[in-house]
Amino acid sequence: MGKQTRGRRSTTLGRIFKTGFVNFFRNISLSVAATAVMVVTLTIVLFFVIANATFNHSIEEINNKIVVSVYLKDNVSPDKKDALINKLQGLDNVKSVKYVSKSDALIQYRADNKDNLELLQAVSQTDNPLPATIQVKPKDPTRNEEIKAILETPDIKALQSDETSYSGDRKEAIDKISNATSFFKKAVLVSVIVFTVISMLIIFNTIQMAIFNRRDELRIMRLLGASTWFIRGPFIVETMFYGIVSAILSIIICNSLFLIQDQAFNSSSLGLLDLTYANQYFIDHFYIFLGMQFLLGIFIGAVSALIATKRFLRFSQKKSHVLWRRRQQTL
Amino acid sequence: MILLDRVSKVYGKDSEDAAISRVSLHVEPKEFVIVVGQSGAGKSTLFKLLTREEKPTSGKIIVGGIDYENLKDKDIPNLRRKIGVVFQDFKLLPNKTVFENVAFALEIVGVSNREIKHTVPKVLSIVGLKSKESRYPRELSGGERQRVAIARAIVRQPKILIADEPTGNLDPKHAWDVIRVLERINKFGTTVLLTTHNQDIVNKLRRRVITISDGKIVSDKANASYEV
Repeated sequence: MGKQTRGRRSTTLGRIFKTGFVNFFRNISLSVAATAVMVVTLTIVLFFVIANATFNHSIEEINNKIVVSVYLKDNVSPDKKDALINKLQGLDNVKSVKYVSKSDALIQYRADNKDNLELLQAVSQTDNPLPATIQVKPKDPTRNEEIKAILETPDIKALQSDETSYSGDRKEAIDKISNATSFFKKAVLVSVIVFTVISMLIIFNTIQMAIFNRRDELRIMRLLGASTWFIRGPFIVETMFYGIVSAILSIIICNSLFLIQDQAFNSSSLGLLDLTYANQYFIDHFYIFLGMQFLLGIFIGAVSALIATKRFLRFSQKKSHVLWRRRQQTL
Repeated sequence: MILLDRVSKVYGKDSEDAAISRVSLHVEPKEFVIVVGQSGAGKSTLFKLLTREEKPTSGKIIVGGIDYENLKDKDIPNLRRKIGVVFQDFKLLPNKTVFENVAFALEIVGVSNREIKHTVPKVLSIVGLKSKESRYPRELSGGERQRVAIARAIVRQPKILIADEPTGNLDPKHAWDVIRVLERINKFGTTVLLTTHNQDIVNKLRRRVITISDGKIVSDKANASYEV
């Protein structure tokens, strides 16, 4: 490529961007409408991503709290205890196994009930009545059958002082939460799709109007030998600009909502939605979200503009006389 | 050089109803050719074929060494950059000044702003509008508007200038202003193809005159006068 050609290309590119930018303000009412709907779309997308991460986090937190406690009789020998621990550790669905000795259990009990004198006295009056415990953390608390089966075998059952506590049997509650969140996720995903389609249609319409308003100018450009991209480019730049503005606005809206929630409600969760975590997640991934919104906004804008300009600015020779006749009618 | 070899253009399916029928034509470089004919005779179709707004139904067109038969969609802008075009209705951009209208033809081909600032005033002085470069088209007379359009057509120094009824909307005085500009451009070495209805202009110019009637060339004479 010669130096002059390169120079001309960059000059042309600069002009395409400038024209697109100027056109944004020339059709300000159309631009505002298209940008507004894109802001809604991008905000919903952002909301969806953050809510999704927050729900996953909440479910994980609940799962983490679930522990299967195996209470051992005081007379169980260390060998038998270690054998049981090893057996449990070998299971697929076991994340970790923790042994809490009688004395550890007492220390823990005292710490837990340090404000309740009666309970403290109850323990100190006798010998340490607390059993040693093996705490099993399952990977998936909804699938405890395997652990249960082992603990129910007679020789292992014999080691236990008490019924196993599946803190456990919260399968139902967890299922409910999972169902609610997955329904929520689906609903939001559907609205993401619906709003994306709506913003694309509105941008599509905006471009169609802009082409109609500028048809004389576009025809003159074409007759003077403007290249296809010199004519299409500004429309695409204009819609990419909608995307950039919308991305920034959606981030600002999201940020403001967190600020308002923080100051006005002073609440840390809305039902299942842990707002503190959501806020932190938003702050931690701020630049990723900013980039994501830019890319998405530019993508939605550019794709709609590409389709619209292809549809409404016919460049093919085959159709040119059809277009010409139509134009004679409209002009 | 412009060469048309048995070119026909039929709209619709009825070949009896051809806008142009088997037209053959040869225009040498630097020639000044006037095309006359009544409305609907096929002049405009002829020009639209030359600017490739229309494709011929049959026949061969070669302009400045470019054979239209092999022309792809993406080559059309390049072709149009080599031909200057002037229309009866000027086709100026109303929201651009005289300077910007002329500069526009350079902008779309990627000429730098510095070059534009250098070239446009020169061309505007050729058409006698140097003092009006910051006016808008609506502030100009018809003749002046047409001269802006001519300036825009020649600013890229095309080898060929096609002027389709450039004096059609003008009174005699302004019409002659425009014709004189065209003669001047022709003198600089540009081939000029002019269509007109104006008998007075044709008779006084004494140039080659091609007469079209019903889509066919009925006469082609050098130093001719108007006879339709």
